[in-house]
Amino acid sequence: MSPRDCLLEAERLALQVGERWLCCEFSLTLAAGECLVLLGPNGAGKTTLLHTLGGLREPSVGAVRLGGLPYAGWSALDAARFRGVLPQQQPDHFAASALETVLIGRHPHLGRWGWEGADDEAIARAALADVGLAGFEQRDILTLSGGERQRVAVATLLAQAPRLFLLDEPLNHLDLRYQIAVLDLFRTLADQGRGVVMVLHDINLAARYADHIILLDGRGGVMAGDRDTVLQADRLSHAFGHPLRRFDFDGRVTFLPD
Amino acid sequence: MSRSGQASVVITALVLTGAVVFAWALSAGSLSITSAEVLGALFGGDTGMSANVVRELRLPRAVATFVCGGLLAIAGALMQVLLRNPLADPYILGISGGAAVGALSAISLGMAAFWVDAGAFAGALAAMALVFGLAHGDGSWTQTRLLLTGVIVAAGCGAAIMLMLALAPDTRVQSMLFWLMGDASGASRPWPALVVLLLGLVAILPFARDLNVLARGEMTARALGVSVQRLRRVLYVLASLLTAVAVTLVGSVGFVGLIVPHLVRLALGNDQRILLPAAALAGGILLTVADTLARTVMSPQQLPVGVLTALIGVPVFLFLLARHPR
Repeated sequence: MSPRDCLLEAERLALQVGERWLCCEFSLTLAAGECLVLLGPNGAGKTTLLHTLGGLREPSVGAVRLGGLPYAGWSALDAARFRGVLPQQQPDHFAASALETVLIGRHPHLGRWGWEGADDEAIARAALADVGLAGFEQRDILTLSGGERQRVAVATLLAQAPRLFLLDEPLNHLDLRYQIAVLDLFRTLADQGRGVVMVLHDINLAARYADHIILLDGRGGVMAGDRDTVLQADRLSHAFGHPLRRFDFDGRVTFLPD
Repeated sequence: MSRSGQASVVITALVLTGAVVFAWALSAGSLSITSAEVLGALFGGDTGMSANVVRELRLPRAVATFVCGGLLAIAGALMQVLLRNPLADPYILGISGGAAVGALSAISLGMAAFWVDAGAFAGALAAMALVFGLAHGDGSWTQTRLLLTGVIVAAGCGAAIMLMLALAPDTRVQSMLFWLMGDASGASRPWPALVVLLLGLVAILPFARDLNVLARGEMTARALGVSVQRLRRVLYVLASLLTAVAVTLVGSVGFVGLIVPHLVRLALGNDQRILLPAAALAGGILLTVADTLARTVMSPQQLPVGVLTALIGVPVFLFLLARHPR
């Protein structure tokens, strides 16, 4: 793997919140074209880990490198053109149209005095269409449903057009159809050479879309590796604190709670 | 039409409206002055009573109210972004409370107008430093902490104001109350405040798009390359300074700082690049209209301008709100 293709590296990373260690030292690399899923029980530190990988938080121990450089070596705007983050919640306090909201994603691509041009607007409209919201451009986001707002947030990230996507629970509020649609969308982007890191709660969707998995057990233990290595019934049962059983249908792996 | 084109149309319309309002403020009053006389007084070097009234009395007062309205409207818009709270206004963090304590102390000691202004400005700066220092505390500086600290400091100032009003001799209570409601009649030196207003706009407009991003939440803003901590500090200091200058100039006129940003937002949307200059002009227009009415409708009696801003602003605001069903 050439260094150029390596989007994200974590080296001997460990995270501490207050007195508690969320995960012991581990390392990972994410190459262009790959999809990494973070799994674990509530409060295990998935969001903290995602923010650390996104440079929004300093690692307690170890180092994170984006495209071969530590975050300190990136300007904030250059980093914003390379990696985008979908936050877990969308705090919307002021009215704004869906199109305006998605255009926010173009911020790092515009100069200090720049205004969004016709090409930016075309990108934003295409992003809304990609998440099934064509025709919603002028709708006020405060009148949208939870799932529609979540898709506006995904569209904002698509308009940002980074090489690396960091998604914190991208399926929040989405119905079944759009869960699959959004995951298909990011899988396609990964296959076209971008990188995807996402926090998911559904083990079976992780099994379907991930190349690599990091499993946090909430007690400081971390298991990082290929999907098939990590997704073992005993490991998952231990991490989630509930017995799980594995079923194989049509070559597809499924885990169901006992 | 592109958004920058839309912005220039809106700003041009507001500038023209502002000019008309300004001309009305200069010609209306107990001594009626024609627009030709106003122009002669301003640009023709006319002498005589009308020209003197325009130059010595009405012009400083009109500039003071216009600038004060603009300052408060921008400060309110900035506070609303800083605290990500639509109910925020320039006074929410105790700046006007501090200014009032300073000004009322000077009035109760019977000091001259200059010292009342100096007391107001010093009080505002003290409140600003106190809130900043306390909210900064452990370095985390979150919105909630800032808001709570500011509201508590404002409440403390409110108690001090009540105490001063209760203890003050009857002869001075009237001028204290007028200061608290906002009173432009004594504003004779508005030019430094005009410079502050222009500098403030020049300072914040390059960051207007960053403010749009910040309004979408801190995490999103940081991920999109905005230095959130630094921007917040700049916002806080700038909004506080603008407020301090405004209350020093005219007293704590209520309502303009809360309602004008919302009026502009309802009419034009929440793009800070349009909102901030439009709010400055709209705030200036509203306060100048209110002050001109305040000194003419019941003349020779002068009404407190803060009452007029509310009387004009409330119906306009409710009308706009009703037109935009949520």
